[in-house]
Amino acid sequence: MKVPLSRLAHTRSGDKGDTCNIGVIARGDRLYPIIAREVTAERVRRHFGDLVKGSVERFELPNLSALNFLLHQALGGGGTVSLRTDAQGKTFGAALLSLEIEIHPDEIELIAV
Amino acid sequence: MIRIANGQGFWGDWLEAPVRLVEQGPIDYLALDYLAEITMSILQKQKQEDSSLGYARDFPPLMARIAGQIRDGQVKVIANAGGVNPVACAREVIRLAPSLKVAVVLGDDVFPRIDEFTAKGYEMRDMDTGEPIGRIRPQILSANAYIGAFPLAEALATGADVVIAGRSTDTALTLAPMIYRYGWAADDYDRLAAGTIAGHIIECGAQCTGGNCQVDWQTIPDMANIGYPIIEAEPDGSFSITKHPQAGGRINTDVIKEQLLYELGDPRNYITPDCVADFTSIHLEDAGPDRVRATGIRGGPRPPSLKLSISYSAGWKATGTMVYSWPQALEKAGAADRIVRARIGQLGLTFDEIYTEFFSVNACLGPAAPPNPDPPEVQLRIGARGPDRKAVDRFTRELVPLVLNGPPGATGYGEGRPAVREIVAYWSALISREEIATRVELVTA
Repeated sequence: MKVPLSRLAHTRSGDKGDTCNIGVIARGDRLYPIIAREVTAERVRRHFGDLVKGSVERFELPNLSALNFLLHQALGGGGTVSLRTDAQGKTFGAALLSLEIEIHPDEIELIAV
Repeated sequence: MIRIANGQGFWGDWLEAPVRLVEQGPIDYLALDYLAEITMSILQKQKQEDSSLGYARDFPPLMARIAGQIRDGQVKVIANAGGVNPVACAREVIRLAPSLKVAVVLGDDVFPRIDEFTAKGYEMRDMDTGEPIGRIRPQILSANAYIGAFPLAEALATGADVVIAGRSTDTALTLAPMIYRYGWAADDYDRLAAGTIAGHIIECGAQCTGGNCQVDWQTIPDMANIGYPIIEAEPDGSFSITKHPQAGGRINTDVIKEQLLYELGDPRNYITPDCVADFTSIHLEDAGPDRVRATGIRGGPRPPSLKLSISYSAGWKATGTMVYSWPQALEKAGAADRIVRARIGQLGLTFDEIYTEFFSVNACLGPAAPPNPDPPEVQLRIGARGPDRKAVDRFTRELVPLVLNGPPGATGYGEGRPAVREIVAYWSALISREEIATRVELVTA
């Protein structure tokens, strides 16, 4: 079964120069193992396609049931250089919420609303 | 326990926030963060035009507005409002509120010392790209070293009511009162890390009390009167995040987690001039209504280098818009984009980049946007940037003619030809901390 990431997590994103960071926080600690398994750096990179020119790094914060992603060369030069509306990556977090997440049958009860 | 509030997350934040913080309940210290990465360059330009400027001009009137509470000893203020001219900022505060005792922290401005550093062998390579500083040397507009919390604590120790710094780190504004009041030393790594993380949580103001918060945002109470954050810091480094109870907003562990992850790099190595904080050591718990408690934070020794914040002129840019409505809104906008690019090509103009977005289709989310095949209206937004101001200016003249000579129904071109703006870019580099000597001065009228 597939669900959008929005069912499992909330996010916040921001910038450091031309790098965008996205924090992905599980909606409850029990969902952290699913996002840690499914939301890989490679999947995040593919989700944003041409928008991200550089690499994607992933860091784990199990104490907060959260992941942190760094998307390098993702903001069209960053800050004041960028010609993009979202030069500071404010909407990248929301954009990631449509990522489709594979849920194992025994995990379906965990996401029941 | 001491209470440290943040009343400004950037220069331009809500003017009422710091006033409400001092009026609605007890706080001991009011931290105000005014500086973003490019703010220093804007201030440097203002100082070049008028030597009495170069600081956050909202700050002195705010001090006058809350001078009564400060004078009564209810609260002391710590702000990086000084920009590139902390002394002028302090003088203006004293002019508007003569009863206040004001200290400044100096020594962060290294704009006159770049060539000295180069002569000493510092390459000042850009921390993102690794490029040496030579290429941008003629274009440098400002250069400042990030200053930590210890010089600010030293300024508090003078008994000043108001401490004004230039390019201090955002987190130092919160950590400084803890160092001053609790006597923390440079090797109290865990406590310095805790105070630093407390600073990270509140440095963006209401972003940790329900502002820009994704989780359950529709039900956040009374956002029109959102409360700005208050840290209740204990001598052992543990702290709570809360707000005045009558103010709006929401504080719980989900909200605080969002802000902890904001603009975060490697969570185990959050590097400041004061320490290296480990975000994977934080333990959060909900500890009552609109109250989160943080414990267990660990940290390591401060790095031998300080980061330089350098701004430089990097060419020119302009961005213009045009709106097309249904039917075929996206097709019309796409055709207009191709026409502009063709005309630029015929003129022989070249740019570092021409970038096009279609609002309501892909402007924010790019390829991650949900499909919207037949939008009722589309705003075309085209930008160009490059080293030649005249070329960018010529580009701006190619947009408005589309109203008469392009696809049908163009509207929403606003005020006509878009403005050409100078690009002030940001360069970060490292310098040995031995090169940077800070000092505290009391400023009098």
